[in-house]
Amino acid sequence: MPAKPIGLEVSLAVAEAVRLCDADVVAAYPITPQTHIVEHLSELVADGKLDAAYIPVESEQSAMSSCIGSAAAGARTFTATSSQGLALMNEMVYIAPTLRTPVVMAIVNRALSAPINIWNDHSDIMSVRDAGWIALFAENGQEALDLTILAFRIAEDRRVSLPVSINIDGFTLSHFIEPVILPEIEEVAAFLPPFDPLVKLDIAKPISMGLLAMPESYTEARKATDDVLLGSKAVVKEAFADFGKRFGREYRTVETYRTEGAETVLVMMGSIAETAMTAVDEMRAQGEKVGIARIRLWRPFPVEEFKAAVAGARRLAVIDRHLVMGAPDGPVALEIKSLMYADERRPEITNYIVGLGGRDVTREDFKYITKKAQEPGAHVRPRYDLVGVWE
Amino acid sequence: MRAYETPFEKVTAKTFPKGPDVLASGHRACQGCGEVLALRLLLKALGPEIICVSATGCMEVCTAPFPQSAWRTPWIHVAFENAAAVAAGVESAVGILRRKKRGPDRRIPVVAIAGDGGTADIGIQALSGALERGHEDFIYICLDNEAYMNTGIQRSSETPFGANTTTSPSGKRSKGQSTWKKDMPAIAAAHGVPYVATANPAFHLDLMSKARRAAAIEGPAYLHVYSSCPTGWRLKPELAVTIGKLAVNTRIFPLYEVLDGRYVLNRKVDSPVPVSEYFKLQGRFRHLKEEDYGYIQARVNEEYEKIVKLAETFPVELQAAS
Repeated sequence: MPAKPIGLEVSLAVAEAVRLCDADVVAAYPITPQTHIVEHLSELVADGKLDAAYIPVESEQSAMSSCIGSAAAGARTFTATSSQGLALMNEMVYIAPTLRTPVVMAIVNRALSAPINIWNDHSDIMSVRDAGWIALFAENGQEALDLTILAFRIAEDRRVSLPVSINIDGFTLSHFIEPVILPEIEEVAAFLPPFDPLVKLDIAKPISMGLLAMPESYTEARKATDDVLLGSKAVVKEAFADFGKRFGREYRTVETYRTEGAETVLVMMGSIAETAMTAVDEMRAQGEKVGIARIRLWRPFPVEEFKAAVAGARRLAVIDRHLVMGAPDGPVALEIKSLMYADERRPEITNYIVGLGGRDVTREDFKYITKKAQEPGAHVRPRYDLVGVWE
Repeated sequence: MRAYETPFEKVTAKTFPKGPDVLASGHRACQGCGEVLALRLLLKALGPEIICVSATGCMEVCTAPFPQSAWRTPWIHVAFENAAAVAAGVESAVGILRRKKRGPDRRIPVVAIAGDGGTADIGIQALSGALERGHEDFIYICLDNEAYMNTGIQRSSETPFGANTTTSPSGKRSKGQSTWKKDMPAIAAAHGVPYVATANPAFHLDLMSKARRAAAIEGPAYLHVYSSCPTGWRLKPELAVTIGKLAVNTRIFPLYEVLDGRYVLNRKVDSPVPVSEYFKLQGRFRHLKEEDYGYIQARVNEEYEKIVKLAETFPVELQAAS
């Protein structure tokens, strides 16, 4: 009998997923809007519902440092952060992948300072875009929970052994109560085998981790990490497929909505896609040929899957939640323009930056974007369109 | 059990550990390096059944250039400022895996090793957090060679007053380092941890015994270890032990322990050697004049007397070696 959904705040659903995965170590430092995740995890540990060591570290830099140490010692490891916290742990975020420490981190996405702002956009995750983590974006509460379970499975797979981030839009997703199905702990245990790393800090078999690389070996070490990251896409897809079979919820690296016959495809990541779907329904009812391609797997970028998802579209309107200072486009648009460039029948690509620092993204915004993308010559503009900016 | 009641196996000339070194020979430390001498002895005392975490620094660079490693024990290096936090993560993981019956069913000391910069400057926050949280099998070793030697002899907050470094140079308007050495053992002790000690490889049995006591005690331990640096101190390589003895006998680096907040002076120095004898052997103090010695001598005596007074205030009957 299929389980019944219950109403649960999305942050708590993520923490419950960590409980279902029987994590061993949680090291975290509080920062808005991540706090509800770590508060609930503390409660679960205090109540004996999660048998884990909770390390209340004194900073995010130490949070990620402790997570690296914990994962290196063979423990299933989780942390969560946002914005300035992710910025403070930046140095360790870059180290975790090459040390092959499969830490799982929920990033409750929030704008970076200055000015200080606690609300949602994607500037935090984009600041660690190149670090070597697998990065997933959730659209809704169920997905945030499911992706957390999937993250452990993918991270700890011996073919991967890389850290994974689950990106959850701050407040607009993290603080909403949504209907979610909590899987049974036995079902999760069957899906997620015990963490059994290839190598770990073990007195029975001493190894050295984190050695100094001279110019003769640094390039190779970096390439090895990138090779594993690029190769992890197959493991992600395999885990998605197995998850679908066991839990009945199918996930793809790129999700599409009403792209059949779509001339304009709106490209985006995260929870704004829920609003976009309503906007698309309304536009479709008016005869507008518009659809959505939502990128769920941001790193490694699913090049083939993305191209297949937007095949046949005349134009792509790429929607970013981060402003790359000094660059012509936002990060997602830069990526997509680069990968479509060599295609003979490449679509016209335009870029829209929306929802910075928690500014609402409405159905009207998506209608505006669809209209703007269809203007003749829209794609030859030298710069992104900062939607709704007050001039 | 109180820290000073915790039994441990003392290292004596008779019980000096045999067998191969935990830190293998062939590492790339400078000739006459007092730091690697201290590290080797500490690891010899602790034995191979430990997990080590190194901060970036001389000891990390010279022991682990890929594809070589001098470590015969599980070892990890992550970054400069976070050895304490990495070790806290390892310690928590080992502890929970033991409880969940997925790891060895015994205590495994997790040893964080950092230099003075990695401890007293950039690493002090992570260290403070780890000490405060009370990790049970956590030992932090500060190998203090009194400057950033790995990057080329820049001053740290542990550089002694008057020392010439590349960022505290002596000159027409400078006598070198203008501040007194930061009192890290006191800062560590202020966290209320069960064990803090100073040690010096020139007093090798004392140094090794302190490592043993640190491992035996439940709760965080902090060892502040004098580590001479021939390169940075402009010291003849053959003088590593001589200078270490002088540091204690001049009262510049007193040997003491703090057990549950109670101070124990391990070596009373009633007729100290003048500090000038210590300075004369080191090029980093070459610019100092007689009048500078006077100020330093007075302050050294004052700091030493503080330790004597602290030790007299709450006397401790130390647990005899088992």
